[in-house]
Amino acid sequence: MSQGIVTVAYIGAIILFILALGGLSTQETSRRGNLYGMSGMALALLATLIGVVSDNYFILFIGVLIGGSIGLLLAKKVEMTQMPELVAILHSLVGMAAVLVGFANFMDHTIVLTGVEKTIHDVETYLGILIGALTFSGSVVAFLKLSARISGKPLTLPFRHWFNLTLLLLAIWLCFRFVDLSAAGGGMLPLIAMTIISLVFGVHMVMAIGGADMPVVVSMLNSYSGWAAAATGFMLSNDLLIVVGALVGSSGAILSYIMCRAMNRNFISVIAGGFGTSGGEITEGSEGEAGEVVAIEAVEAAELLLEAKEVMIIPGYGMAVAQAQHVVNDITRKLRDKKINVRFGIHPVAGRMPGHMNVLLAEAKVPYDIVFELDEVNDDFPKVDVSIVIGANDIVNPAAQEVPDSPIAGMPVLECWKGKTTIVLKRSMATGYAGVANPLFYKENTKMLFGDARESLGAVFKHLE
Amino acid sequence: MKIGVPKETHEGERRVATTPDVAVLIQKLGFEVAVESGAGAAAKFTDDAYLDAGAELVDDASSLYDQSDIILKVRAPGISECELLQEGQTLISFIQPGQNEELMNVLAARRISVLAMDSIPRISRAQKMDALSSMANIAGYRAVVEAAQHFGRFFTGQITAAGKIPPAKVLVIGAGVAGLSAIGAAKSMGAIVRAFDTRPEVKEQVESMDGEFLMLDFADEDGTGVGGYAKVMSAEFIEAEMKLFAEQAREVDIIITTALIPGKPAPELVTEEMVTSMKEGSVIVDLAAEMGGNCKLTEADKVLIKHGVTIIGYTDLPSRLATQSSQLYATNLRHLLTDLTPEKDGQININMDDEIIRGATVIKDGEITWPPPAPQISAAPAQPTAAPVVEKAEQKKRRPWGPLLALVAGAIAMLGIGSVAPPAFMSHFTVFVLACFVGYMVIWNVTPSLHTPLMSVTNAISSIIIIGALLEISSDNGLIVLLAAVSVLITSVNIFGGFAVTQRMLSMFRK
Repeated sequence: MSQGIVTVAYIGAIILFILALGGLSTQETSRRGNLYGMSGMALALLATLIGVVSDNYFILFIGVLIGGSIGLLLAKKVEMTQMPELVAILHSLVGMAAVLVGFANFMDHTIVLTGVEKTIHDVETYLGILIGALTFSGSVVAFLKLSARISGKPLTLPFRHWFNLTLLLLAIWLCFRFVDLSAAGGGMLPLIAMTIISLVFGVHMVMAIGGADMPVVVSMLNSYSGWAAAATGFMLSNDLLIVVGALVGSSGAILSYIMCRAMNRNFISVIAGGFGTSGGEITEGSEGEAGEVVAIEAVEAAELLLEAKEVMIIPGYGMAVAQAQHVVNDITRKLRDKKINVRFGIHPVAGRMPGHMNVLLAEAKVPYDIVFELDEVNDDFPKVDVSIVIGANDIVNPAAQEVPDSPIAGMPVLECWKGKTTIVLKRSMATGYAGVANPLFYKENTKMLFGDARESLGAVFKHLE
Repeated sequence: MKIGVPKETHEGERRVATTPDVAVLIQKLGFEVAVESGAGAAAKFTDDAYLDAGAELVDDASSLYDQSDIILKVRAPGISECELLQEGQTLISFIQPGQNEELMNVLAARRISVLAMDSIPRISRAQKMDALSSMANIAGYRAVVEAAQHFGRFFTGQITAAGKIPPAKVLVIGAGVAGLSAIGAAKSMGAIVRAFDTRPEVKEQVESMDGEFLMLDFADEDGTGVGGYAKVMSAEFIEAEMKLFAEQAREVDIIITTALIPGKPAPELVTEEMVTSMKEGSVIVDLAAEMGGNCKLTEADKVLIKHGVTIIGYTDLPSRLATQSSQLYATNLRHLLTDLTPEKDGQININMDDEIIRGATVIKDGEITWPPPAPQISAAPAQPTAAPVVEKAEQKKRRPWGPLLALVAGAIAMLGIGSVAPPAFMSHFTVFVLACFVGYMVIWNVTPSLHTPLMSVTNAISSIIIIGALLEISSDNGLIVLLAAVSVLITSVNIFGGFAVTQRMLSMFRK
């Protein structure tokens, strides 16, 4: 097959990928979008297989077979609450692949370049491996943090900014060394040294970021995996890789931006890390409210719900931890049967990755047309009779608006305290990930329902009869 | 310690400072409770009910005062009652120290401690003891009931077989607790309710009660004083305000005025002219009657008919709903007692470091401690709203430079690359930049609820890097083949896993 036909196939694949992302703009078209994505991938692979690959078919098929089976198995078995971990570990694979392809390409001497072209190619290779290694180690740490195999607390080494700077300068210096040595036919040593530095940098970067910023980290790594693919594309002079890499890279970057905006935080300060020291000092509310909280029982919560006309449910990571989404759906259905208007208010950073809550609610078969974004429902709270906050804390913290020197000041929050009554489901009075005390709990119209969210809601559901 | 609750002596006062329910709870704090016989009768609490609640009944006031350590009252004591008070006792009641200087001196001379329920600072923590709010709430409700009593028509509009009934139009001036309560009560009876207040921030509260907030066509002047109360406004503002009232007076059927400025005579808002312009049979309820009235023609404690308009000047509206107001007042008192007895041992501790207790204590052991230092925090978040504005302005100033600098730096970097790079690289670079823009456009359209599927699908398609591995796999160098094979393996995990899990998620999104 001629190079021209392969290129045409690649263009087809590019269009299909763009359609795939475009399809995600609404729920109705999203499944079709995913099919576009699959066909794009199949087209690109087929064209490459027929047009480029000339040998070692057996190894190739074995690789695809084993890899594909593992992938399908993972996809089938994963719990929806574990999606953030899965996505993180899959990112690491893309990073790893970028590193391996970079090394393989570097060792392949079939194409001989000279002069500026050689230098540019070397820099491309170098960057591809650097971003790939960073993505790999960062994603692995993110995976470990998300799956609670290591603590979610930020690791704040002394002089960590200097440490990062040193690594960066070292990486730049190694780049010059590598280009020089590569021109003379060598260069493997600086390349390996850089890979190690990059791995260390990736680990350190994610270690320093606290649990509250995990959505930003996951989307940032998503972005990096795209840039790694784009850099590899430059190295291989392959437009398909460049385009896909750029698409994915900008997608992740936009998600990171959305997440940062949702927390009113600067991207740089998230990456610099150290935020979200869980269990940190209690910041006093503006009015010195070390007041009393009103605890209620499930029966009373059920009564409040039955008397309400407008109910708003605000889920947080606690709902995911307690796996309470199914009983939430049961309650929703029961209340809707009784002609009570139930809606869900989702904060952009609720959960551990963008859109996490939506996926969980979808899994529990909550209809997506009653699930709303922060901006869509925030003005409606004065009309809401009962808000139920399930395992969320910082995203409903009035301190963000009322306490100018609070660590979360200025962060957009769901203003549930403006409604008539708020029921907060919590295991204890501990602070959220941001380590900030929540004056919401002490408000007069707030009732606390302590205990495991699933058990509490189960009891509430029973009393709704 | 023993708490004594005497019968109120002020003429027409029906309230009582504690109810049987609350008496039980007070005893749990370690106090003994004694009630003067018949104290609760006017509020429909019988002596038997107090006995059942474990309280002791005392026949006459003087022996009650003799044996009690703490006296709970509603109204400020009259001169004869003051003489019953003895050194070392503590009196808790409404006092109005600002207006009752003489009374304060008399009480101080008795060498007692006095906590004024009306001096409790208006901070969030003290809301549960805020008797002024409790009473204002009742007064607002009762004002509507009184208005309805004297008004010759329905509040609600109806279309009946016997003709159309227009709804009553109610204007509430001053949207404090009483005003808001009146809005709610009138609204629930079906009237059209409008409200005015000099403090613009209450607009939201008025609207939350379904009332219509009348805006003044006037350059913004905020009438919010210290502690969430109103303050005196400028002459121009008052002129504009009066114009608005004059217009409204011609239109509405009922005016309920609740405008009070602490420590000052009530502002005159409804002139005789306005009363004349009102329709025959209209009603004015003046909740500020005690402080001189918001209406020129109001006379305290009287119902008058002037120019065909009924003007109600009752000053005892809470007392006219005695059962309810006694319940709320008693609960407010109980919360204050709870704060006074942190040990729950029946011994009160007038802790002058506690902001609330400091504010409420107007006489401590015979020494006048009123007025307290100014409250530190306003109940309304006035300052926080001011701060962000400044911040925004600063941001706006800083903004133009950042992107501009980045743009210039980016352009210089591009030119630098362009000047040395070979044409092949530049064409790839073009593709790259265009793809970034396409990505930017497409991704912003993605609905936020699909962000997780977006990440998993982008993850799957970023495995297109497998092409790089395929390009290398046919090499004859064994190591390269190995690296490529491993790449193929792991990217396959990603391709199949990523698409499959995305499909699984998307199939769950159902209407």
